[in-house]
Amino acid sequence: MGNSVNEIFSTIGKAVKKGDFKTRLSILILGFGQLLRGQILKGVAFLVLEAAFIWYLIGFGGKYFGKLNTLGTVATQKVGRKTVYGDNSFLILLFGILTLFVILFFILLWYINIKDNVKSQEMLAAGKKLPTNKEVFASLFDKHFDKTLLALPVTGIFVFTVLPIVFMICVAFTNYDKNHQAPTNLFTWVGFENFKRLLSFGQSGIGRTFIQVLAWTLIWAFFATFIDYFLGLGVAILINKKGVKFKKLWRTILVLTIAVPQFVSLLYIMKLFANDGLLNGYMMKWGWIDSPIQFWVNPLLARITIIVVNIWIGIPYMMLIATGLLMNIPEDLYESARIDGATGWQMFKKITLPYMLFVTGPFLLTQFTANLNNFNVIYLLTQGKPLSVNLKENAGSTDLLVTWLYKMTVTDTNYSLAAVIGIMVFIVTAVVSLVVYNTLPSVKDEEGFQ
Amino acid sequence: MTKSYKKKRAVGNAVAHVLLVIISIIWLFPFVGLILQSFRSYDSKVEYGGMVDYLIPKHFSLDNYRFLFNGQTNYLKWYTNTIIIAFCVAALQTIIVLCVSYALSRMRFTGRTFLMRFWLILGMFPGFLTMICLYFLLKQFGLTQAGAVPGLILVGVASSGMGYYVCKGYFDTIPKALDEAARIDGATRARVFLTMTLPMSKPIIIYTALVAFMAPWCDYVFASYIAFGHDESYNVAVAMTRWVWTNDYQGYFTRFCAGGILVAIPVTVLFMCLQKYYVEGVTGGAVKG
Repeated sequence: MGNSVNEIFSTIGKAVKKGDFKTRLSILILGFGQLLRGQILKGVAFLVLEAAFIWYLIGFGGKYFGKLNTLGTVATQKVGRKTVYGDNSFLILLFGILTLFVILFFILLWYINIKDNVKSQEMLAAGKKLPTNKEVFASLFDKHFDKTLLALPVTGIFVFTVLPIVFMICVAFTNYDKNHQAPTNLFTWVGFENFKRLLSFGQSGIGRTFIQVLAWTLIWAFFATFIDYFLGLGVAILINKKGVKFKKLWRTILVLTIAVPQFVSLLYIMKLFANDGLLNGYMMKWGWIDSPIQFWVNPLLARITIIVVNIWIGIPYMMLIATGLLMNIPEDLYESARIDGATGWQMFKKITLPYMLFVTGPFLLTQFTANLNNFNVIYLLTQGKPLSVNLKENAGSTDLLVTWLYKMTVTDTNYSLAAVIGIMVFIVTAVVSLVVYNTLPSVKDEEGFQ
Repeated sequence: MTKSYKKKRAVGNAVAHVLLVIISIIWLFPFVGLILQSFRSYDSKVEYGGMVDYLIPKHFSLDNYRFLFNGQTNYLKWYTNTIIIAFCVAALQTIIVLCVSYALSRMRFTGRTFLMRFWLILGMFPGFLTMICLYFLLKQFGLTQAGAVPGLILVGVASSGMGYYVCKGYFDTIPKALDEAARIDGATRARVFLTMTLPMSKPIIIYTALVAFMAPWCDYVFASYIAFGHDESYNVAVAMTRWVWTNDYQGYFTRFCAGGILVAIPVTVLFMCLQKYYVEGVTGGAVKG
């Protein structure tokens, strides 16, 4: 780190002190040196980018960037019958952040330009030839092919992920909610107010609700991951068993669950378990029960039902993975265990399970974090319901943090709190990943099973 | 000794088969139910189209399927929307993932590890945290409501570079010596990528495209937010979900079943045909993490 900082400053220093007029002028006019040295392609590219930057800053970004500290002061007003639009906090925040990134990008560009100039000057002084325009262009498909490949994806991720996420992180520190909607109303910075509210357990705070939702999220992720894992492993072993016929048929039947779009199967199952659904209908007809079992109404029952339904979804997936891996376990391990008189259970405990846990450790981790954010299963089955008077901000008993976040964004338009929850989801995911990752056997001891 | 062993084994196998049959029944039941109920008419003169307490319809009818295509709803439009989105996303996402994976697997450039770590951290943020911001961005370009279809394609493709793990893992297993040999013979990186690596990567290309193709069929979150209130831009997931959540008013349940079946059939058939590649990709991804 220190080295690269040193290098940056020594390069800039070189350009200022030892640079010829071409290099020195290109500190101000990007691409100037390249143009005079005959590298027209590079020079024009730098020049155009600088022009675009100045044009953007003056014509568009600057006015938003300047208001970033207040997020606007002039509210939209009605003067007589006409609406006079004032500042739009949403736009100021979004384009302010964009401008910040553009400025950072320009500084990077500026440095690259100086570095290139210094390098060219040194090369010429040493009597070497500069690469021609054609060579520069061709290198984009050879030496610098990575830049060609990554340009579009990185831009896409920047505009559609990085920018929105930074924007939302900032929103978490504002009072952007249903009473402060742009463009009619302004919103502004409130510091850690929203975080305090989420973590306070008093009357106005929603700490209790947050803890409950968080606890259920973790419990759900734990059960959804491990029950599915072991049952899936069991089914895979069952199908793999010597002497079991139609192996392919059983697998195909299970795999159907993955193939059929989830919204079709899950919505159908949701209705299957409903109070007026088939399951209750048949059980009442057969006289097993007198009144419908409240699968989706009773909070505890709803949670159990969700976990059970998730087994239906999770087993096939795990079965597919386990099937491939089970075949990798050398057969002679089992053979010698059998000669020593080991039972099936002992072999599972001593050979199969350790091997599987070792190999699928990272997979378990990704499954766990995916389940923390398993929107589809929860939302299609219950939408987080049943609601409860003990929970604030419309949270339901089966709500995960993400479904709560979703409802907050779409139904309640309470964006600032949604943003805080989003940050909490990130923290939970990151902490779980870091802690678990460092204890994984396959990370600690890479050679373990080879 | 051998006799009792054989007997034990036979019993074990019998138990296994019984278990498997039970499992199959549980796993198939929702699908069988879905198919059977899609043939129950919603016409109140014939039968009730809502929730009933029996599985097999009393009268076999194709009313639900007729309803989907008689122009009373935009079913065909929803269906075409979804197909268009799925094909475009599959094609573009595959190209992007391949490009990113090749660059990260084969080339060493400044910022490579930074990029990978940064994307890993970025991936820990919940996806729809970004929803309002994306909605606004798309709206600037007229890609919401009436323009939701291209908008959804854009959203589906734009950030797909972050999903490079499985594909990069596959590229890592192709020996680098092959690349080196070709480069010594004067081939450029681009040529190596296009004429050597890609033809060798058929399984992973199919896997990537298949997964990308399947996702838009289930996309409820973004589709409902971006197409909000504009019936013609809905995809099947949004439209069908609405039918189920009408709380059974007018008995839309059987119509949902029929619509769902027509969605499920092509996707399922496609998946079953390419299952082999899916298993390869998923297993490879699981082991490498």
